[in-house]
Amino acid sequence: MNARIVLLALLLLATPALGQGFAGLGSDVRGFAVPQPDVALVFPQDHGAHPQYRIEWWYVTANLTGADGQEYGAQWTLFRSALAPGEKPGWQSPQVWMGHAALTTASAHHSGERVGRGGVGQAGVSLSPFAATIDDWSLTSRASAGADPLSAVTIAAAGRRFSYTLDLDAKGPLVLQGDRGYSVKSAHGQASDYYSQPFYAVTGTIRIEDRDVAVTGQAWFDHEWSSQPLAADQTGWDWFSFHFEDGEKLMGFRLRDSAAGFTSATWISADGRPEPLPPGALSVTPEAWHDVKGHRVPVQWRLTLPAKHLDVTTSALNEEAWMDTQVAYWEGPVRITGSHRGRGYVEMTGY
Amino acid sequence: MLVHGLTALLSHWRRHPLQFAMLLLGLALATALWSAVQAINGEARASYQRAAAVVGQDRLDQLVHADGSRIAQTEYITLRKAGWLVSPVLEGEKRYGGERLRILGVDPVTLPAEAAEVNVGAAGLGLARFITPPGVLIVSAATAQRLQGEETPPLAIDDAMPPGTAMTDIGISQSLLEAPGEVSRLLLAPRQPPDVRPLAEIAPDLVKRAPAVESDLSRLTDSFHLNLTAFGFLAFAVGLFIVHSAIGLAFEQRRPTVRTLRALGLPLRGLILLMVVELLVLSLAAGLAGVALGYGVASLLLPDVAASLRGLYGAEVPGTLSIRPSVWGLGLAIAVAGTLASAASRLWRIATMPLLAPARPRAWSLASERGLRLQAAGGLTLLAVALLIVRFGAGLVAGFAALGAMLLGAALLLPLVLSLLLKLGQRLSKGVVAQWFWADTRQQLPGLSLALMALLLALAANAGVGTMVQSFRLTFIGWLDQRLPSELYVSTRSNAESQKVHDWLATRSDAVLPVWNAESRMFGEPVQIYGVADHATYRQHWPMLEATPDAWDRIARGDGVLANEQLARRQHLQLGVPIILEQGRVLPLVGIYSDYGNPRGQLIVGVGLLTQLYPDASRLRYAVRVAPERVPQLMAALHDTFDLPAENVIDQASVKAFSLRIFERTFAVTAALNVLTLGVAAIAIFASLLTLSDMRLAQLAPAWATGLTLRRLALLEILRSAALACFTMLAAVPVGLALAWMLLAVVNVEAFGWRLPMHVFPLDWLRLCLLAVASAILAALLPALWLMRRQPAELVKVFANER
Repeated sequence: MNARIVLLALLLLATPALGQGFAGLGSDVRGFAVPQPDVALVFPQDHGAHPQYRIEWWYVTANLTGADGQEYGAQWTLFRSALAPGEKPGWQSPQVWMGHAALTTASAHHSGERVGRGGVGQAGVSLSPFAATIDDWSLTSRASAGADPLSAVTIAAAGRRFSYTLDLDAKGPLVLQGDRGYSVKSAHGQASDYYSQPFYAVTGTIRIEDRDVAVTGQAWFDHEWSSQPLAADQTGWDWFSFHFEDGEKLMGFRLRDSAAGFTSATWISADGRPEPLPPGALSVTPEAWHDVKGHRVPVQWRLTLPAKHLDVTTSALNEEAWMDTQVAYWEGPVRITGSHRGRGYVEMTGY
Repeated sequence: MLVHGLTALLSHWRRHPLQFAMLLLGLALATALWSAVQAINGEARASYQRAAAVVGQDRLDQLVHADGSRIAQTEYITLRKAGWLVSPVLEGEKRYGGERLRILGVDPVTLPAEAAEVNVGAAGLGLARFITPPGVLIVSAATAQRLQGEETPPLAIDDAMPPGTAMTDIGISQSLLEAPGEVSRLLLAPRQPPDVRPLAEIAPDLVKRAPAVESDLSRLTDSFHLNLTAFGFLAFAVGLFIVHSAIGLAFEQRRPTVRTLRALGLPLRGLILLMVVELLVLSLAAGLAGVALGYGVASLLLPDVAASLRGLYGAEVPGTLSIRPSVWGLGLAIAVAGTLASAASRLWRIATMPLLAPARPRAWSLASERGLRLQAAGGLTLLAVALLIVRFGAGLVAGFAALGAMLLGAALLLPLVLSLLLKLGQRLSKGVVAQWFWADTRQQLPGLSLALMALLLALAANAGVGTMVQSFRLTFIGWLDQRLPSELYVSTRSNAESQKVHDWLATRSDAVLPVWNAESRMFGEPVQIYGVADHATYRQHWPMLEATPDAWDRIARGDGVLANEQLARRQHLQLGVPIILEQGRVLPLVGIYSDYGNPRGQLIVGVGLLTQLYPDASRLRYAVRVAPERVPQLMAALHDTFDLPAENVIDQASVKAFSLRIFERTFAVTAALNVLTLGVAAIAIFASLLTLSDMRLAQLAPAWATGLTLRRLALLEILRSAALACFTMLAAVPVGLALAWMLLAVVNVEAFGWRLPMHVFPLDWLRLCLLAVASAILAALLPALWLMRRQPAELVKVFANER
């Protein structure tokens, strides 16, 4: 067996028992800290890493329009996975980092992946100045002193046939998901700490297949950490981040299990006030499927949220937006039509 | 017709079962020794391959320091930060008890998929356990066995690991090897992102090294394996003499059968076909038996080979054999090819024989004096070729070619030499019986000459290799005394401990001499650089081959370099040539010293210069001068004060004993192959005498008729055999001396890089002569017994049947 396959099992699974939810995220907590409902998030500290928690990610998705008139999607993600709680110096660090980056066009989907160990400087998140990095990929703060470090950042990544450098400037406040940042993930109470910055305006340049394109658009940033975000019977999730044309935003997800699944959503007003909606308020229905790299995934979704008179349908910019990484999933830009119009990103795992 | 023809041909073997057995045995033995050597070499090479493949050195480009020194970990991070997909590897050696372990530290997270030969996440071994202290050493089951009871990190078994090698996390390896923040090399993933800044900009001091097609290890050990191969070939050649003589006899004896078969209408083509098929079947059967036997021999020899490879080169080879199809294929092929080659001339003769040619089975043995001279001329030509190769050839292969030509030439000359010796004997002898004895021996010579040639080869090889080994031993022992003058050798475990031990010893001994060293890559090969203190110990004892008068003064001033003989020979270094060291320092070569048993190049500089040029040099070892009687006491005190493990404090006697043990084991294989070759030769003589015994009746009957008793005749037969062996031994002595000279002055220099003075050991030859005579007597015993038991009627019949 190839070491890397084993590594995959080790990386996100501190236990070899596969099948504990997607990528082992439903497994045992074992000494790791667990998100608590009544603990308020504190910034800028909570922008940084939480090594006491088993899993954490800093996640940017951007819907872009090129100077050439084409639509593009960009993804920048840094995952942290702890083999044991806490941090130790040098190579002893139990923190393993993984970066995913992608650039999607209507006809192509390029993705790249980086892995690295904590403790030796190859990958990690520093607070002042704020920077999340792995190898030559980075999410670095450009914020002026005193401002929230995430109010202005630059993301950069490069893969085999793509690269990008994008400046992200926040046009609205940070948004706490769930109950003031405590985001419940199952009926059994599994939860994560979760906040977003959905108001980024983007300018920058992408390079795709040796062609430089100037782009502008919108980006969404998520930072989430937990030790057991999934219940054992949850097999994957469908996650949605929508920018509507009127400036409102929607974050919604469905965690799939053997029964009806668990849905949750946060409606975000144009000025950044979050309105968490009760579990089950959002309903999501796959309407069309597509076979990509041996996986059958929904590529057209119908989302309804009666409380907000929402009834929309998504269509993927590129149905082939499969992240062919060690932990593989579908992640790509979508167009939204129906009661509300806009653009957004969909992530689907566990297919 | 074909079936009847085959039956008729095969009936020969039924009537001559011993001849048949000899043919099979000769072929099987020849194949066996050859296959044994092939199996051993194959095992060793596979092991080097595994060692080289374990972290993909054979498949991936690597970044290294041009001089072989380690790379700072920060440089690794810099490269990653620039987008280069590189993965660090730290390699080094660590001793656990008496076991030397090659530690390979890898980063399983960034290790390119192409690199991982061994499953880092084996058997429930979590990444967490692997990377967090105490970590895990992944080793083969055999290595784990050897490490049992040692204070190693926990072991995990993976039999894909080469022997003596442990894979562990890079972080764990840094602490085991006391190399924090250092890596040996960086593996380059095969597909790098485009648009990354060029290496020359980011890491100008690193060079890209292409995947190692051949590891340093396999290059170093090449000569050793070539040595073995040469021996295997010699054994095979000796074996082929048996085959050749057995086949020759069989074909000649079957001439009447052949004539009859052809007269009965069997077409020539059918006959040849039958004979070829017969030979093919025979050689395949014997080849199969031979290869099987070869595996047996190899499995007996392998532990010694493994031990000497470990001792000489630090090369780890498992002590067990695996069955390799290539060995079987090659063994069978060489058995068949050898048989057909031996039979070719016979088949040709049958093909060209007139249909009704007189069937004279004895004709072949009555080779003319002219034939002998022709053969001798061939022999002389080969000797001349050997001389020319020695004079103008270069390289190990040329050395062995010269050896081969010399041996074969000597063998071809042998019949003429023996014939001359026998003539001399005849001339010197008085009395009818003595005259007849010599004449009859000469008459028998052509029939025995092949076997005697085989004996000559075996004896010469024995005498030559024996002389070489003994010369080496004598030189080696003397050299050990020079090289190891200090009474005590101490290895510390860390730089901090090293300093403390040094200070502690300084007040309790006559001198504490640092034995510090660094590894570098110079002249395209790994080179060890040692630093020595300015001390009388070196000035008085160091085994210099040549040196400038002020060599030690210049070393002390940091104004000169010494090189070991093998490096100097390989790189053609002469006194005074500039040697380029680290940091652009260039110093002249002021001396060359002998350094037996070490395959690697080595330089010596003053210890101050070493630490200045190579700040990372290992500073852990000391040689201590102290009155011999105080050694045990000092050893005990060292042990008590610093809790140094026993193997870290070694007295002079133990080091010498250890070195000698390695030496002995290195030549154990040579000795074993020698004895086996001699055995094959003895069997060759036995086979020839046996097959001749039947046909000798015609010569013995007249002698018997004139009054010699059968008992007397039998005794004379034995005496004849002994005389021939003795003469052959006489001829073998100069050949053996020439062989020894070529081994010492040509082959050793090419193979190991050192030239040894030759010493002669006549007593050994006497022993060998006795051995040869004894085996010749033994070989003649059975035919002689048969002769004694002949019925007079059988002898009388000779006259009745006389044609």
